[in-house]
Amino acid sequence: MNNLIIGQYVPGESMVHQLDPRTKITVIFFYVIVIFFANSFFSYFILAAFAFISAMLTRIPAGYIIRGLKPVWLLIVFTFLLHLFVTKEGDVLFRIFSFYVYSGALIQGFAISLRFFLLILMTSLLTLTTTPIAITDAIEDMLGPLKKVRFPVHELALMMSISLRFIPTLMQETEKISKAQASRGVDFRTGPIKDRIKAIVPLLVPLFVSAFKRAEELAMAMEARGYKGGEGRTKFRELQLSSRDYALFISFVFVLLLFWWARA
Amino acid sequence: MEITFEHVSHIYQPNTPFAFHALKDLSFHIPSGSYTAIIGHTGSGKSTLIQHLNGLLIPTEGRVKVGDFQLEPGKKNKHMKDLRKHVGVVFQYPEHQLFEETVKKDLMFGPLNFGTAETTIEKRIPEILEAVQLPEEVLDRSPFDLSGGQMRRVAIAGILMMDPNVLVLDEPTAGLDPGGRREMMDMFYNLHKEKEMTTILVTHSMEDAMKYADYVLIMNEGRLYMEGQPEEVLIQKKKLEAVGLDVPEMVEFLSMFEEKFGTKIPFHGQNIKELASDMLRVMKWGKCDE
Repeated sequence: MNNLIIGQYVPGESMVHQLDPRTKITVIFFYVIVIFFANSFFSYFILAAFAFISAMLTRIPAGYIIRGLKPVWLLIVFTFLLHLFVTKEGDVLFRIFSFYVYSGALIQGFAISLRFFLLILMTSLLTLTTTPIAITDAIEDMLGPLKKVRFPVHELALMMSISLRFIPTLMQETEKISKAQASRGVDFRTGPIKDRIKAIVPLLVPLFVSAFKRAEELAMAMEARGYKGGEGRTKFRELQLSSRDYALFISFVFVLLLFWWARA
Repeated sequence: MEITFEHVSHIYQPNTPFAFHALKDLSFHIPSGSYTAIIGHTGSGKSTLIQHLNGLLIPTEGRVKVGDFQLEPGKKNKHMKDLRKHVGVVFQYPEHQLFEETVKKDLMFGPLNFGTAETTIEKRIPEILEAVQLPEEVLDRSPFDLSGGQMRRVAIAGILMMDPNVLVLDEPTAGLDPGGRREMMDMFYNLHKEKEMTTILVTHSMEDAMKYADYVLIMNEGRLYMEGQPEEVLIQKKKLEAVGLDVPEMVEFLSMFEEKFGTKIPFHGQNIKELASDMLRVMKWGKCDE
């Protein structure tokens, strides 16, 4: 659990941290689309360089990011092997048992794995450098136009931020309760599967009880402070684009142009 | 059971930006059958410390010895369950761990996990209920129907049912009213005396430490800041205030008394009544010795 960094926020003061969340979401959105159009060495190179430079600018230790993506490596390796054995293009390079490995397959394998890796790297950079609250604020703002068609944007954002806000709380609670039950002799880690499944009950029941209690208290506290949502509500932290954001947009457009030119 | 910490350090999430050094080179010894209070400011490492006592956490450096059990970094202890049977931990707000349909089932949950025979367990129930002062009627009720104070007692009873040799209490009276607080502390003290349980109390209350403990450990920023007998340690006002702790009210009172009247009454762990007669003597004869 502790090793996976997807969705984890690492506090910092770097350039990337200080970007407007809307900028980051927009850039990553287009990056994710564009990466599927890469088809030459140079086009991949440009996108990879962009991702690595962004990662460096976050000032988060590279070792931490790489280790955090460990569970994903497995998937990437699997993708690579799958392409290696299934694709049948180009010349036959060598043979493993009854499988022929083609040169096209090698290239395809590398390309697809790289694509996959860059996708995950870029999206984790967003969550690594942006607080969940900032992300929901940005989504609320970007979905703003949908208010015209009576889509409950504010409520949706509120629901998102409440659930994101309570993930760490629930994780803490889970840890606390599992420790209390482990002290009473519950064994979550060893033993037959049947017993381990049974061991979840003493964990889940108290967790649900406290989650419901919390939800009720939160609703009560919101009502006590006169919360009624949406229309006319002002914000403490207004999202504001700065020169940094424009600079990123301009350089990203430049990267895209370069990318288009580099495509085969 | 004897407890020994030898140069114990603990780091949470090592090698990440979140790495946190919670315990730093901690060494101390708790003799069997003693009552030790651990005091410290929030974040001083008390909770991390007590989780080492039953193997919920393993030291990153150093060694923890509890009776015959040893916890060392990198070594898997196969007898973890045995250790946990001997060391009962009452966490903060223990009522959050209740989950069974009836109080009786919840009480039996711990000992059943440790493989104690059902008939033995059933025999223990009346004794434990008496110790925590709960009526037998609660046995068939759902723990969630009880009042907060009763839920806490059921949860504590659930730990006592395991018949531990060491009882670790992490602020067991948090959130109780003053009456309930005193009752519960007296109950733990009686259990400690009767069953000769080694008791470790984590607390913020200097009064409780003074009243019940034979030994105190003061923690600050993951290190052992002071240790010794409460009458010696808890009167060092300047040193305690330096780490954000107060002295017990009685000591505070005596220092104010001295400031106001210019006479010093030595403190050696008297209770309020003894202190009152000491004061009377000082007022009458100008000295507190007869």
